[in-house]
Amino acid sequence: MKLITAVVKPHRLDEIKEALQAFGVHGLTVTEASGYGRQRGHTEVYRGAEYTVDLVPKIRIEVLVEDDDAEQLIEVVVKAARTGKIGDGKVWSVPVDTAVRVRTGERGPDAL
Amino acid sequence: MAPAITLAAETELSAANTGFMLICSALVMLMTPALAFFYGGMVRVKSTLNMLMMSFISLGIVTVLWVLYGFSMAFGTDTGSIVGWNSDWVGLSDIGLTELWDGYTIPVFVFLVFQLMFAVLTPALISGALADRVKFTAWALFIALWATVVYFPVAHWVWGAGGWAFELGVIDFAGGTAVHINAGAAALGVILVIGKRVGFKKDPMRPHSLPLVMLGAGLLWFGWFGFNAGSWLGNDDGVGALMFVNTQVATGAAVLGWLAYEKIRHGAFTTLGAASGAVSGLVAITPAGGAVSPLGAIAVGVIAGVLCAMAVGLKYRFNYDDSLDVVGVHLVGGILGSLLIGFFATGKGQSDVAGLFYGGGLDQFWKQCAGVFGVLAYSLVVSAILALILHKTIGMRVTEDEEVAGIDQAEHAETAYDFSGAGGGAARTTAVPAHVAQAESKKVDA
Repeated sequence: MKLITAVVKPHRLDEIKEALQAFGVHGLTVTEASGYGRQRGHTEVYRGAEYTVDLVPKIRIEVLVEDDDAEQLIEVVVKAARTGKIGDGKVWSVPVDTAVRVRTGERGPDAL
Repeated sequence: MAPAITLAAETELSAANTGFMLICSALVMLMTPALAFFYGGMVRVKSTLNMLMMSFISLGIVTVLWVLYGFSMAFGTDTGSIVGWNSDWVGLSDIGLTELWDGYTIPVFVFLVFQLMFAVLTPALISGALADRVKFTAWALFIALWATVVYFPVAHWVWGAGGWAFELGVIDFAGGTAVHINAGAAALGVILVIGKRVGFKKDPMRPHSLPLVMLGAGLLWFGWFGFNAGSWLGNDDGVGALMFVNTQVATGAAVLGWLAYEKIRHGAFTTLGAASGAVSGLVAITPAGGAVSPLGAIAVGVIAGVLCAMAVGLKYRFNYDDSLDVVGVHLVGGILGSLLIGFFATGKGQSDVAGLFYGGGLDQFWKQCAGVFGVLAYSLVVSAILALILHKTIGMRVTEDEEVAGIDQAEHAETAYDFSGAGGGAARTTAVPAHVAQAESKKVDA
C-alpha cells in the first residue's frame, strides 16, 4: 500500500475530492496546514509596522491506496489541484506497512 | 466642560436636561468596555483577556473611589488652585436629591455620575501602552493611586471652579487635557519605568482580531457623543448640539486623513488605520468641538488623522514600547486638539474667544499651551514616580516566562479562545457541574 499526501491550495479541495470520488477512492483525511515553498509568504502592515507572514494556509489531503493504483491516483490529484500559478503545492507518496479497519479488524488492502 | 457662565443664581431643574445627561452618562460608561474591545483586538491571543480586564477593573475601582472622596477632590471647594474638598460630598453623604449643580439645570447627582464615567475611562486609556506584561494587582493599585494623585487633582485644575487652568481660561470642552493628554502622558511615564515587552521589535506582534478592534472603535464613537455633547450639561443654547455635530464631522475627516496617509506611505487602506483614525479624530475634537465650526472640525480631524498616523511610528525610532499607541493617539491627538483651538476658535461657539484665523490673535493659543504642558508635565512625572514606587516594591511586571507563555493564563487562569476541536481539556472529576451530578443521581433512582 501507499500513502499519498497532497499539500495544496485550500480552494482546490472540492475539485480534488470530486476527482478522487470519480476515481473510486472511498475515504480520505483532510487537515488544515500552513507552510511555504518557493512561493514564500506575503507582507502585512499594521500601523506602519511591516510583518512578513511566511506561512500561508494550505490543506493537507491524505489517501491510502493499493500499490498498483498509486501512480494513477497521484496524476488525478495533481490534475485537480493545478491552477498553474506559483504556490500550487506538492504531492508525494510513501510505502505503508499495514492498515487496520478499526471496526472489523480487517488488515491490509481489505481495510481500505 | 462648560466654563462657569455664572447664570443668575436661580436655575430650575430641567427634566429634559436631566434625562439627556443620564443617557449621556450611560453612553460614556459604554466607552470603557468599548475601549477594552478596541485594545483587546490589538493584542495577541495570549493576552486578550488581560487587556480587557485592565479596562474593566477601572469600572470597579474608580467608581468606589469617586464615591468615597474623588468627587470631593475634583469638584469641591478649591484649595490653592490645586485641589478641591467638600466634606459633605465625602461618601456622597450629604447631597439633596433635588439640589442643583451650581449654575445649571441638573441635580448634583446627575453631574457627579456623568463625571464619574470620565474618571473611570481615563485610567483605562493608559492600559493600552502596558499590554502583555503588567501584574494585575500592580495595575489595580496603580489605578487607585493614579486616580487619587493625578486624575482627581487634574480634573479640578481644568474643570473645577478655582482650578488654575480653569481660571486662566484654558478651553477644554470635554477632556482633551484632563482625559487624553493626561492619560497619554501617564502612559509614557509608566512605560519608561517598566520597559518593553519581551521581543519588542523582534517578534511579530500582530493584532489578533481586527473585527474586535472595529467593534470597539464603533462603540467608542457612539459613546463619545455622550462624552462630548453631554459635557455642556444641557442643551439650552445649542452648544451641545454643535459639539455633537463636530464630533461626527471631525471623526469622519480623521478617518479619511489617516487612511490617505497610510495609502500613500504604506500602500494600503487598513481597517486598523480606519479604526485608529476615528479615535484620533474623537480625541482631537474633544477639547475643541464647542469652539470651532464644522469646517474647522474637518480641519482638526484631518490634521489629527495624519499627524497621529505619523506619530505611531515614533516608538520604533525612539525605542519605547507604547504597545497600542496610547502616546501616539491620545497624547498627540489631545495636544493637537487643544492647541488648534488657538487657531480655529470662531468666537461664536461656547464663548466669544476667537483664535488666530478668526481675528483673535495668539492670546488663546498661549493659554492652551499652558494648559497642555502643565498637565503633560505633571502627569508624566507623577505617573513615572508612582510606577517606580510600585516597580521597586511589589513589582510591576510578570516574570519573563509568564509573559512569553501568555499573561492570561498567569494572571487570570483563563484563555480567551478555545482552539481545540474536541472542546478542550478533560473536566476534572471533582468539578462535575451540580446539575449534571443531580441528573445522574436521578437516573439511579429510576
